[in-house]
Amino acid sequence: MTLDWPAFTPWTALAGGALIGLSAGLFILANGRIAGISGLLGSLLQRQGEGLGEKGLFLLGLLLAPLLWMAVAGAPQVRIDAGWPALLLAGLLVGVGTRYASGCTSGHGVCGLARLSPRSLAATLAFMATGFLTVFVLRHLIGGAP
Amino acid sequence: MKRFSAFLAGLLFGLGLLLAGMANPAKVLAFLDLAGAWDPSLALVMGGAIGVALPTFALARGRRQSWLGAPMQLPSRRDLDGRLIGGSLLFGVGWGIAGICPGPALVLLLTGHWQVWLFVVAMLAGMGLHATLQARAGN
Repeated sequence: MTLDWPAFTPWTALAGGALIGLSAGLFILANGRIAGISGLLGSLLQRQGEGLGEKGLFLLGLLLAPLLWMAVAGAPQVRIDAGWPALLLAGLLVGVGTRYASGCTSGHGVCGLARLSPRSLAATLAFMATGFLTVFVLRHLIGGAP
Repeated sequence: MKRFSAFLAGLLFGLGLLLAGMANPAKVLAFLDLAGAWDPSLALVMGGAIGVALPTFALARGRRQSWLGAPMQLPSRRDLDGRLIGGSLLFGVGWGIAGICPGPALVLLLTGHWQVWLFVVAMLAGMGLHATLQARAGN
C-alpha cells in the first residue's frame, strides 16, 4: 500500500462528512426519520409507507444540491471511468443489494453506526469488504478498470 | 415545516457529499483501492459524519417525538440475517465496480454526466426487481 498524499483531502473530507452528519441529525431530530438514501428511494418507488412528501422533498434537496454548488463554486470534480456495461451492472447490484440489506452507505454506514446498531456495523463491514475486494480484483488481478 | 426541514436536510446532505469528494466516483475508487495509490480521504468523511451524528442519535433515542411532533422512527432490529449480509455483499460489489452509491448517484444526476443516468436507471430497476421478488415470495 502506498498513500496518495497529493490526492488526500483531509479537511474537506472532514467538513463534508460533518455536513452529512448534520443533515442526518436534523432529519432524525426534526422529522424523526433516518436519512438513508436507498430506503427513502425504495419506499418512494413502491409508494408505500407514510410521509412520502417529506421523503420526496429530502431527495429533491439532494438532487438540487449540485445546482447550488455550481452556482457558488463552479463545476465539482467528477470523473467516471466505468463504461456502460459496467455502469448497468453496478447500478443493478447497488439497487438490489441495498434493498435486501435495508440500507447503504448513508443508512447503515452513517446513521446506523451513529446509533451504534450491530446490524449496521455488520452491513457496513460486509459492503466495505466486497468494495475493497472488487476494486482489487478489477484493478490488480484482471487489470484496468472496466 | 416538516417538508421544509426535509428539503433542507437533503440539500445539506448533497452539499456535504460534494464538499467531501464522495460524489466523485474516481475518488471513491481511489479509497477502495488499498493495493494501489491509496487515498484515505473517505475514511474521514465517515468519521466526520458519524462524529456529528452520534450525539444527535443519542438525543433522539431519549425522545418519543421529533421536534416537529412526528413519531421517532428509529429501527429496533438487532438480529443479523442472510438478507442483510448478502444484500450488503452485493451492494459492495456494485459500489466497487463504479464507485457510485445511492446518495452520490442522485447528487450527480444534474451535473451533466450521462453515465449517471444509466447507473440510476439500472439502480431503480434493481430496486424494482427486489420489490417484485419480495411480492412473489410473500404470495
